[in-house]
Amino acid sequence: MSFLRKKIDQIKRPFAKGEKWEKFAPAVNAFDTFLFVPNHTTHKGAHVRDAVDLKRTMVTVILALVPALIYGIYNTGYQYFIQTGEAFTFIDAFIHGAWKIVPMIIVSYAVGLTIEFIFAIYRGHEVNEGYLVTGLLIPMIMPVDIPLWMVGISTAFAVLIAKEAFGGTGMNILNPALTARAFAFFAYPTYMSGNKVWVSEASNVDAISGETILGSLAAGSDVSYSMLEMFQGSIPGSIAETSALWIGVGALILILTGVGSWRIIIGGVLGASIMGFLFNLWGANALMSFNWMNHLVVGGFAFGIVFMATDPVSAAQTNKGKWIYGVLVGIFCILIRVFNPAYPEGVMLAILLMNVFAPTIDHYVVEANISKRKKRWANAQLKTA
Amino acid sequence: MSKDIQIHKGSNLNLDGEANKILVDLPAPKTFALNPDDFFNLTPKLVVKEGESVKKGAPLFFSKENPRIIFSSPVAGEVTSIVRGAKRKILQVLITLNESNEVVSHEVSNFESLDSDAVKEILLKSGSWPFIKQRPYNTIAQPEDSPKSIFISTYATAPLDVDYDFLLKNNKDDFQRGIQVLKKLTTGDVNLSIDSSFKGFFEKIEDVNLIGVSGAHPAGNVGVQIHKTDPINYGERVWVVNPEDVVNIGILFSKGEFSAQRTLAVVGSSVGKPQYYKATIGACLKPYLEASNLDDKEEFRVINGDVLGGSKTSADGYAGFYNNLISVIPEGNHYRMFGWLPFVDNHVPSISKTSLSWLFGSKKSTVTTNLNGEERALVVTGEMEKVFPMDIFPMQLIKACLVEDIERMEALGIYEVVPEDFGLIDYASTSKIEAQDIIKKGIELMIKEVG
Repeated sequence: MSFLRKKIDQIKRPFAKGEKWEKFAPAVNAFDTFLFVPNHTTHKGAHVRDAVDLKRTMVTVILALVPALIYGIYNTGYQYFIQTGEAFTFIDAFIHGAWKIVPMIIVSYAVGLTIEFIFAIYRGHEVNEGYLVTGLLIPMIMPVDIPLWMVGISTAFAVLIAKEAFGGTGMNILNPALTARAFAFFAYPTYMSGNKVWVSEASNVDAISGETILGSLAAGSDVSYSMLEMFQGSIPGSIAETSALWIGVGALILILTGVGSWRIIIGGVLGASIMGFLFNLWGANALMSFNWMNHLVVGGFAFGIVFMATDPVSAAQTNKGKWIYGVLVGIFCILIRVFNPAYPEGVMLAILLMNVFAPTIDHYVVEANISKRKKRWANAQLKTA
Repeated sequence: MSKDIQIHKGSNLNLDGEANKILVDLPAPKTFALNPDDFFNLTPKLVVKEGESVKKGAPLFFSKENPRIIFSSPVAGEVTSIVRGAKRKILQVLITLNESNEVVSHEVSNFESLDSDAVKEILLKSGSWPFIKQRPYNTIAQPEDSPKSIFISTYATAPLDVDYDFLLKNNKDDFQRGIQVLKKLTTGDVNLSIDSSFKGFFEKIEDVNLIGVSGAHPAGNVGVQIHKTDPINYGERVWVVNPEDVVNIGILFSKGEFSAQRTLAVVGSSVGKPQYYKATIGACLKPYLEASNLDDKEEFRVINGDVLGGSKTSADGYAGFYNNLISVIPEGNHYRMFGWLPFVDNHVPSISKTSLSWLFGSKKSTVTTNLNGEERALVVTGEMEKVFPMDIFPMQLIKACLVEDIERMEALGIYEVVPEDFGLIDYASTSKIEAQDIIKKGIELMIKEVG
């Protein structure tokens, strides 16, 4: 270990303060700090610090994403093989999925991290770890057959416009990964909807097709999947959004580690359940009468509320605000699904909409605290006067 | 007893090196120093020159803003040097003990009959006034003010903090007398907060409003207790005195001389024999550290105060004006390979569940001064609220301080907080932000702009 340390220190020498390559130090540091927690000590404020840091937090989110990702990779192969009718094993399906999805992950990380590194060097701050999560989320919410260049352009758009334009990590208003999906959705609609994009190779092989459950409901056709299939996720859809089971495992990791806000997740589920239940009572069309419990497990709702809505930067920041924000995401998700058949996937738009309103929610929560304090001051003055 | 306070948010850091209940009396060290930086927002004006002899209780410097507030020599000796820093800022006034033992004495007979102004005058003239601090801002109290109440907290929750019941066991009468003196300074209550689960001698103190407190740090912070009982409104003043300074005030009014008693507890994982010492304000720390068997196999940091809010000093440093604690912990200037992985390196204490250190809850842990990461943009939300028991939005207040928005700072409750209340926020921050420093700068701005 000390040999490696010495080598790294040797490599880093030209990047030190006052040396030739000083400007590029953030790029080298980003790699170094992935090997070693640096030897920095406290200089002001508390002399001791918690073991937690942004790297640890972000890697915990990635851990939480892994179950859904692995299932998503398997499901990609599974959907392909059951349509072609070939005999297959778990490994076959997994390899088929990995062949499609790993390149998407590579493209997303390569494009996004390049931009992040350039901005870190340009702004002279260290590379923030937030993109490690965003970079994995982007491919996970895309249809499997989307061309790689579209993944690249969507990623570049999201990182540049949704994040860096606002000042970088911690400053963005919209969730970058969802912005990437929204960009792809509106820029390349033919690759993002219909019945030829959700199953691997559907656009190349005529025999293969598959519409998402929400898509078929919106088109007024019947749903041929059981509740169990919807829950475990063996249905067509964006890569990792289908399995409520494995997303639930991720949610559990996020909640138990305290990284994801349980208030937002539970609020969201509550909001969606209530809205879905109310529509069940109304029941005017196929989407309205679609069982409210099924609403929770199909489409991107589970994935969105667990991994997207809980993004602490774009969500509400006060505890009360998080409840309101979560409930509203749930309500709007079902509302958009039911009332706007052109966008059967409501959760993306619901979260983006609430991202915009999160600061407003917080504003009123904080104002309540302020006016409480001002009232107390006024009362105190009355007493002394 | 009035109603008790229960604090549900916060966290006790369970650190190694708590002081054993042994009080050791060492021969007095040769040198003493008064450090004007111990007093928040003070501009000192010197009264003495290098080489001058001073009696115990004779003024060394006074406050430029209020010349009535003087700072006295804790011992009789000779001013050997005045250490100055950049822009001739006074860093330290060093005094070497001589054998004269001369003391400045004050007339204090039958203080019970004195009125508030006469009591203030004695406190000011003797140099005991700086024992009284005010909220908001945590500066030395202004003698012209009349506070709405006075708070004394004997419930100490900071990491490795002292046990006041043990520390003051020989000063029960002086403590009671100090309370009687303080009682004259306010028309409101003198509030004494005690550990609601432990009944020591403080429970028998008379003429105070006893407040039982329970809960984790920062429940022991006076600011938190004031916030929970009678929060500070705009324009109000509450005075705050440390328990041992109540004793010092009590001694002043019995003996008629400035008392600078300061019992020091040398604590921390680098200390072989953590214990209490009878000492004096400004005493050179060296003999006390030597008597505590420091582990000098690795580099260590000596801190005046607790590990969350104290100020850094050195092994040759001097005791601060207010703190009873001297914390000594190892420096963390080393690398940890892959230490950023979740659930790795669980020996590093963490209140985040991304580490498994909570599984070892009862085990005392060793902390170092390592930052455990690097400074990052503010991303995670809600973690500050978990360790901040006041009805204030800590992150929003920090942001208001960063942008120097005075009106918003005021509206969000800057009058009710002092930097030490943000100690745990510093500690727990994922982004390694310096909350105490930001709040301190915010308060400095408030003093400058609002006063």
